[in-house]
Amino acid sequence: MKHASSAPCISTLLLLGGLVLLIVASFATLPLQWRAFLSVDAAKATMEFLRGFVPPEAAPAFLHKLLIATAETLSMSALGTGIAAMAGLAFALPASGRFGTMPRAAMRLVLNVARSIPELVWASILLIAAGLGPFAGTLALAFHTSGVLGRLFADAMENTPPLPEASLRINGASALAAFLYAALPQTLPQMLSYALYRWENNIRAAAVLGVVGAGGLGQMLKYHLSLFQMQQAASVIVAMLLLVALVDTISFAMRRLMMS
Amino acid sequence: MAASTIRTAPPDPAWRGRVTASVLTLVVLWPMLVWSEFKPWVLLDAQSLAATGRFLADFFPPAHSAEFLRLAAEATWQTVAMATAGMTLALLGAVPMTIIATERLSISRIGTGRIRILGRAVRLFVRWLLVGLRSVPELVWALLLVRIVGLGPTAGVLAIALTYCGMLGKVYAEILESADPHASDALLRNGASRLAALCYGTLPESASELVSYTIYRWECAIRGSVVMGFVGAGGLGQRMDESMKMLAGGEVATMLIIFVLLVACADSISKMLRRRLA
Repeated sequence: MKHASSAPCISTLLLLGGLVLLIVASFATLPLQWRAFLSVDAAKATMEFLRGFVPPEAAPAFLHKLLIATAETLSMSALGTGIAAMAGLAFALPASGRFGTMPRAAMRLVLNVARSIPELVWASILLIAAGLGPFAGTLALAFHTSGVLGRLFADAMENTPPLPEASLRINGASALAAFLYAALPQTLPQMLSYALYRWENNIRAAAVLGVVGAGGLGQMLKYHLSLFQMQQAASVIVAMLLLVALVDTISFAMRRLMMS
Repeated sequence: MAASTIRTAPPDPAWRGRVTASVLTLVVLWPMLVWSEFKPWVLLDAQSLAATGRFLADFFPPAHSAEFLRLAAEATWQTVAMATAGMTLALLGAVPMTIIATERLSISRIGTGRIRILGRAVRLFVRWLLVGLRSVPELVWALLLVRIVGLGPTAGVLAIALTYCGMLGKVYAEILESADPHASDALLRNGASRLAALCYGTLPESASELVSYTIYRWECAIRGSVVMGFVGAGGLGQRMDESMKMLAGGEVATMLIIFVLLVACADSISKMLRRRLA
């Protein structure tokens, strides 16, 4: 009885040992300054720092600026996701193997690269071409998200039953018409729900993209924090939290509507 | 031929809806384009094209001097270590909070079905604490913590710990609540302690799901810690930020390759581990 289960046990033990080793090594090699965080002085300094946040700035002129930055963040995320959805659809055609295996592999590689570079890194690179401001942020979101959506769309297309499209083709419809009237309507609901889900993610991402200078609420936060204007920074953080909570509520309601 | 088919084709029965949708889209899209300063022609401006061209030309060959590679390897390890240390701290915080927040493990609920007021208040407090921790993006935590503990990986580790503590706590509680209540209920009713009910009733059923979610989050933490450096919290991001500021295209290219490889590695390791669990 014991001997039967000893083989998987060894590999599990090895895995666990490796995990413990990884954790110990992580803590050992990082130059962590616990003293800067856990001493009484640090606690006092932290309290002082946190006290600077209250009360959040609520002057009408500042709130107006905040509103504009929020609108900027929202439109960055919406446009970025919209562009990415269209680009993703275009990329998904070769990536779902419609033009043969070679283009499929090549396109998937491109999508994987676009996907694994984080939005923030895209933004810092695109700043050179697009200049400081929300346009760079929009493009960064679009680049990263088209990698994500392209792959999801391609998987969705590969998983649809091929019969409807084939029967249109056999009966003489052109390739474009067969795609538009069979494959697209079949996959569209799933693709839409992927895009909506990514939009939700992108709003969170757009809120922080500004820390590298790509516009929106993040830029405002970085600006006020670097000037040590804590009350303004607190308002910006509150605005971020409200925005994310609002989007979560809306997307929850929409998903419920779509399901029913 | 084509023209005559169009003329004789019946009018689109859905034209009213389509026109309304198009007009609505335009009306919503227009202010968005203005707000986000959507000016694609900026990209084609001669000056920016020249700058981009120079930068991209630098990409090849990627920087590969021994010294730079050593620095990059160090930064890569720091990124992985930040993610791992952050996840460990997050677990230390999330596990007790989960045990407190899970309603399934309430003892006062037995029999009456109602939870005592104190228990309910504590649970609500912990839930809101978790919501607060995970609602603030990790980069914002890092931005704030850099002001408190100074530049370096400490801020990054703490930022990951705080955000992921909130996420893990919430999802753990959900997983435990969705498990079959039979075993833990029977244990609790017969006088077992909360911990015993958790260990012998709920955990055996949901352990693999819990571990699999933790591994997935570790993967996410690696992605997250890559960018921490942009606010000065150490790791690959910081090196990348420095290279970007010097417009050193070759170094940026190397760094991007490392990013892609690192994410792919974390992805495949987490997939492998999760397949083992399934």
